[in-house]
Amino acid sequence: MNEEPTLVVSKIRNGTVIDHIPAGKALDILSVLGIAGKEGLRIAVLMNVESKKLGKKDIIKIEGKRLSPQDVSAIALIAPTATINIIEDFAVVEKYKVTVPNIVVDVLACPNPTCISNKKGELVRTRFKLVSGNPLKLQCEYCGTIISGDEVVKFVIKRK
Amino acid sequence: MKSSFYQHDVLSILDFSREDLELLFGYAERMEKSIDTKLSLLFGKMVALAFFEPSTRTRLSFEVAAKRLGADVISITGEESLSISKGESLADTIRMLDTYSDLIVIRHRYEGAAKYAAEIARHPVINAGDGKQHHPTQAMIDLYTVKKLFGTVDGLNYGILGDLRYGRASTSFIFSLTLFKPKKVYLISPESLRVREEVLHVLKERGVVYEERRSLGDVIEELDVLYVIRIQRERIPDPIEYEKVKGSYKVTLDLLKRAKKELKILHPLPKVDEIDERIDNTPHAAYFIQAKYGIPVRMALLALIFGVEP
Repeated sequence: MNEEPTLVVSKIRNGTVIDHIPAGKALDILSVLGIAGKEGLRIAVLMNVESKKLGKKDIIKIEGKRLSPQDVSAIALIAPTATINIIEDFAVVEKYKVTVPNIVVDVLACPNPTCISNKKGELVRTRFKLVSGNPLKLQCEYCGTIISGDEVVKFVIKRK
Repeated sequence: MKSSFYQHDVLSILDFSREDLELLFGYAERMEKSIDTKLSLLFGKMVALAFFEPSTRTRLSFEVAAKRLGADVISITGEESLSISKGESLADTIRMLDTYSDLIVIRHRYEGAAKYAAEIARHPVINAGDGKQHHPTQAMIDLYTVKKLFGTVDGLNYGILGDLRYGRASTSFIFSLTLFKPKKVYLISPESLRVREEVLHVLKERGVVYEERRSLGDVIEELDVLYVIRIQRERIPDPIEYEKVKGSYKVTLDLLKRAKKELKILHPLPKVDEIDERIDNTPHAAYFIQAKYGIPVRMALLALIFGVEP
């Protein structure tokens, strides 16, 4: 974490801090994590704060939340520069940079209505292959549909 | 040594190499010689045909191919007549067919259905058309036809005309050309039926020289092979959209006056009104020969999957 001294946000005891989010993407990340604010989680969202690396960045602190591998993949798609800090008893016990996986399983819904992954009654885990990182392009392994850039966020499967 | 077809699924033409297809063509040539006799190469094998979408040519030619090789065939046709209409999942139907048979041929209106079936079934699955995406065995027949007509697939100018957005036969044919060395590929379609982004991606990635055009008239003189498909009315989501493009392209005798004498026209059939019927009797029409090759090519494919030699 690389907070400026003027930021008045208390530390969290146990939970997750998502740092180095490109400025303006924090709300997208909360959305894909299925956080609407009504869950009772103690959350701090800082947006457009100064960052040495990025110029401006967003930060999310969530008390009492551990991220699943699907959560981390989803974050990587929206904020490839993000770092995840796992906090235990006020200390950072683990810190890592997200990476966009080559295959994204069960994270994105396919926008194609006639893709088998959208057929009612079938238990298909969606699978997208990374075609290009910059610009971001992902291809459905079932129907071949390519989704790219900012539209990716629309297709992240919302989790409770 | 067993070929890469052996006990392998056939989901996309891109799963195969040029060498694989040349091996297949060699088998098909040999099958042509014994087309009128009943062989016993696949005696004791059971082939399941699962056609959840209407089909005449593909279903019948698979059935004939399997029976000519001595296999038995079970088939289900039309989603309505199946337990599926009682709410059974595709996954459960595939599990059942997998226990009854040694190979499943599937056609389904959902893209990716064959891949999904292949993930469930222990036995090989052949994709006989999944929505607008793939029709690999049609592409095998198309390439075989070109090879028979010209002696090669390489170095020719191809025009692919029609509904390139929703046409699975055209998509697989375009993909199949990327395994060879075509001189140039013209993709000719109305604006709203242009080839999909993922297809262009493959063409670019594999360095195929191609150009998108709106009118056949602009390029007819250059073509060696003209591949035509009908408008896929059943896949266009909006009927107004269909009305707009209906009848928007047609191969006419007039246009063919400017074509090379050797030009051959292919069509996966059924054709509707996109080719003037008077062309059927000209030397340009190769679609009936192409349809005839459906049986030897599918026989060759089945033989290779089961690892038997003709």
